[in-house]
Amino acid sequence: MLDWLEKRVRRLGEPVVNTMEKLGFGFRFLMAVLWHSGTSFRRPGLVIREVFFTGVLSLVIILVSGLFVGMVLGLQGYDTLVRFGASEALGVLVSLSLLRELGPVVAGLLFASRAGSAITAEIGMMKATEQLAAMEMMAVNPVARVVAPRFWAGVLSMPILAALFSAMGILGGYVVGVMLIGVDAGTFWSQMQAQVDLFNDVGNGLVKSVVFGVAVSIIAVFEGFDAPPTAEGVSGATTRTVVTSSLVILGLDFILTAFMFRGI
Amino acid sequence: MPLSSPDVPADSLVDIDNVTFSYDRRTILKGISLTIPKGKVVAIMGGSGCGKTTLLRLIGGQIKPSKGEVRVAGRVVHELDSDGLYHLRRKMGMLFQFGALFTDMSVFDNVAFQMREHTELPESMIRDLVLMKLNAVGLRGAAKLMPSELSGGMARRVALARAIALDPVLMLYDEPFAGLDPISLGVIGKLIRDLNDALGATSIMVTHSVQESLRIVDYVYFVSDGKIVAEGTPAEITASAEPYVHQFVDGLPDGPVPFQYPAKPYTDELMGVRRA
Repeated sequence: MLDWLEKRVRRLGEPVVNTMEKLGFGFRFLMAVLWHSGTSFRRPGLVIREVFFTGVLSLVIILVSGLFVGMVLGLQGYDTLVRFGASEALGVLVSLSLLRELGPVVAGLLFASRAGSAITAEIGMMKATEQLAAMEMMAVNPVARVVAPRFWAGVLSMPILAALFSAMGILGGYVVGVMLIGVDAGTFWSQMQAQVDLFNDVGNGLVKSVVFGVAVSIIAVFEGFDAPPTAEGVSGATTRTVVTSSLVILGLDFILTAFMFRGI
Repeated sequence: MPLSSPDVPADSLVDIDNVTFSYDRRTILKGISLTIPKGKVVAIMGGSGCGKTTLLRLIGGQIKPSKGEVRVAGRVVHELDSDGLYHLRRKMGMLFQFGALFTDMSVFDNVAFQMREHTELPESMIRDLVLMKLNAVGLRGAAKLMPSELSGGMARRVALARAIALDPVLMLYDEPFAGLDPISLGVIGKLIRDLNDALGATSIMVTHSVQESLRIVDYVYFVSDGKIVAEGTPAEITASAEPYVHQFVDGLPDGPVPFQYPAKPYTDELMGVRRA
């Protein structure tokens, strides 16, 4: 009976202990990445090269998705607003939805799937093929040389990608609302200009995208570095990057929105 | 940090003193001791999983012994802080089993990697040095290729050129002959010997390729079950009557290392007899 009870308690406690251990290791890893970031700042070429792989190569999916999300917002928004006779507010609805929520969140989710998974797979494969061990044996710290540049590239790329996503979305809303449905172009832009606040709307969206960039980047490099050096290990780590990043983005989005909520 | 110290015997570069090492509860090395003399090529041989690569990793400071000491140039490796360890590693070169070339860099950039990381040399001088290193392994013409365009033997030679980039004092080879065709095997063996003599370095080679190794090394240690079971010059090893060495050198399927993995009696198993 005691054995049975002990087994149950152990089964309950083990995942909790493992999760805490992983969180602790993850935090120490973040500190190590920050501590060893000097190389990335002294040699910006290392970060720029990674910005190309994480940021520039993510442009297509970000721009196309942004355009379509904006077009859907234009259609759905017009459909709702016209019932209240407020179709001239379409520009405001599209831009606020994108700048405050959809831009950072959807761009973050796409960034985690496109760039985060690639970073994890690359670092995981470097570990599995002993490239990181070789670097260690050459007296070069892999955290400074491989991990930190990829982390900072992600942190830099994410806000730019989110901004481009929102810009394309607004363009998509304009195409549908003004060019297809016939909302007045002057009203569309002037309402947007009058209602969108640089600090509260654009600024808050920017803060969110920076936070998501840090979260996705650290999860991606950590999972890659921590991946067991096997094919299954790397594939599991890549999956974990996408799943964990997506959940963290959605969770953080709620927390940040709650802090930014002004109740008006 | 000069790679010589007053407390080191003049003729020894690496001393492994009564080292025990365990992964979790499995003991890999059981109080092993050996000495690697300066300027020599020494092979550490033994079956798969006997602890050869673990010894190499202990010398490189990638892992720490549970007991005992590994001294390189008189310095206890596991007592060094990370700066000290990195300083020591700058005097070491390591050839990994499958080369471990950086797949996102060309052959040239792989060989230039350490020079760019650790020196302030102008790019023109780095170019000359890289071409010299690649010429030494016969691959100057492959400088612009990517690792994915190389054969296994070529990749191993590029990795060798990269390992000797900063003229190391100590070279570590992890299974340098694994998976190579006979020509590449001969080329790598000759390069290991020639480069060791040309650089005035000391080489430790972990391998189970008997004939190829005996042709080029000065001394051999045989490791089995975490202990040294035999040692000697290639001539002594070839003439050895030690059963383990005999089985290993002649590649006999059964002997001190049994063919069968421990199991219950064959007849019992076939007849379905259950043990109490």
